[in-house]
Amino acid sequence: MPKHVIKEGAARFIFIASAGISILAVALICVFLFANGVPALSQIGLPDFLFGMNWRPANDLYGIFPMIVGSIYVTAGAILVGVPVGLLTAIFLSRFASGRVARIINPGVQLLAGIPSVVYGFFGLVIIVPFIRSVAPGNGLSLLAASILLGIMILPTIITVAKNSLDAVPQKYYEGALALGADHERATFRVLVPAALSGIMAGVVLGVGRAIGETMAVVMIAGNQPVIPESLFNGVRTMTANIVLEMGYAADLHRGALIATGVVLFVFILLITLLFNAIKKRSEVR
Amino acid sequence: MRFGNLPAPETGGSFAKGQSPASGTSGAFGAAGATGVAAAAAAAGASSEGMMHFDRWDALFEQVREKNTKHRRLVSRLLRLAVYLGAVVTVAVLAFVVGYILAKGIPALRPELFAWEYTSVNVSLVPALINTVLMAALALLLAVPFGVGSAIYLVEYAKRGSRFVQLVRVTTETLQGIPSIIYGLFGMLFFVTALHWNLSLMAGACTLAIMILPVVMRTSEEALLAVPDAYREGGFGLGAGRLRTVFRCVLPSALPGILGGVILGLGRVVGEVAALIFTAGSIAQVPSFATEGFWALFDSARTLAVHMYALASEGLHINETYATAVVLLVLVALLNLGASKAARTMSKGNNDD
Repeated sequence: MPKHVIKEGAARFIFIASAGISILAVALICVFLFANGVPALSQIGLPDFLFGMNWRPANDLYGIFPMIVGSIYVTAGAILVGVPVGLLTAIFLSRFASGRVARIINPGVQLLAGIPSVVYGFFGLVIIVPFIRSVAPGNGLSLLAASILLGIMILPTIITVAKNSLDAVPQKYYEGALALGADHERATFRVLVPAALSGIMAGVVLGVGRAIGETMAVVMIAGNQPVIPESLFNGVRTMTANIVLEMGYAADLHRGALIATGVVLFVFILLITLLFNAIKKRSEVR
Repeated sequence: MRFGNLPAPETGGSFAKGQSPASGTSGAFGAAGATGVAAAAAAAGASSEGMMHFDRWDALFEQVREKNTKHRRLVSRLLRLAVYLGAVVTVAVLAFVVGYILAKGIPALRPELFAWEYTSVNVSLVPALINTVLMAALALLLAVPFGVGSAIYLVEYAKRGSRFVQLVRVTTETLQGIPSIIYGLFGMLFFVTALHWNLSLMAGACTLAIMILPVVMRTSEEALLAVPDAYREGGFGLGAGRLRTVFRCVLPSALPGILGGVILGLGRVVGEVAALIFTAGSIAQVPSFATEGFWALFDSARTLAVHMYALASEGLHINETYATAVVLLVLVALLNLGASKAARTMSKGNNDD
């Protein structure tokens, strides 16, 4: 065989192998998470684990229902805070801002996306938590603090995705609306936003994924009591926080239960990814 | 489209605006577009009662139209206000977060913080900074070849839409969505426990490499796709094989885009905590490569972000925490600058073609 044929073949093989790495990585992650989490799950019992109200490792009680609810609450709060502001900012950047203003704000949004979550968490700890402590009952480490901070953290995701999908709406839609007598605002909100809706939804879903998976910032400001919060000012523990808080010293069944918490979180994330792909596909078909 | 939802008076109203003063009949027709029922009544009134009632009808329509216009203007103004308010909130949040950290942190940047050794009295950030550089270099060394190689395969070699390609895409998207704590758990179970690497620089770097793989891969893929096909045809036309074409003709002009992806990955490495505390641990010393050589890679090492988390949760060194946050912010800002510069070079290079 000539030398260059061997070389081409080898190169092709190397490229295929490196493309296979991501498949291998996902397979390994699944195998190791499930292999270490499922035995604990079966020992505790799936219903007791998922719907148990008590998390007391000392008494061998491993119910993560409060954490599942906590994750959902915190994510919902983040969406309530982040989506309106993010969407309006995206509309501003896409259709209202002059070139110069957009050139200033866009890098700002990028910076907001780049700030590490531990810096956000610390900011929440020194600004948001004391503020809530001063105006509301409790010590400030609360569902509200986590929601506000996560809302800030998902802003750049929502802004970027929503802005891209608004920019992708054909200009003729806007012109058509103007020709029918709509003014700029009405054309934007009644024509452009509905046309970009599936892209915007994809951004929101991506934000949900970020919020539910966020760990360090939440641990620092959410209070972390493993009970379902009764008000906005009560502490809350998310699934991610549960893992980080106790993994350092857990052993045996306790450790297994924490990994199983990771498995539940992983399943949540997989569902969100599926939803995201479905929405994205729908928007591409259009 | 949702034109059907536009309130009818709006279009009809503005139509009538231009016409109604000209003549009574056309005024009535113009308004017919506005409100169906009333217009029918107007037409009926016009045919049975004659011209004298037109004035009254016109006045009525004028009134309704004016009200609608006012209402519409108000809504538009409120919408515009909301949009501006949203942008202002975003900018204010950004300015507040960055400004507050800088204002508190810059005065705390004392020279002692940059001492070579970390002690419990002087929580120097230099060891953590060096560890961050080491960690980032290792993670990139592992992730970039695979990421770029897999992008080359997807763009230059693979048949579009084959099973394998689809599987690669699905898994990459999955990897991109996985939160860092799951990567941390996996790294702990696989690298630390199963491979017996213990809490180490190497385990952390491998975990981070998997984490940034999809980022590097996606941006490289986009960069390669942006290279015009003429480059490839030129390479083949000159008799080069596929491999030589890829490396000599395609990769050089895709380089800025790939670099942009690498910088994005670096940004994630610099700020990562959750994936590292259970894989790389939190020993605040640089592994001693001088004495241990290669095996120092298997020593625990805390990066700057982990260092900051440790300081913040201890709560004993608040000023130093602010200072560390400043250093992190500066790093991230520099990386952002680099990424946008790479992106600009990329788009400029392609505009020249």
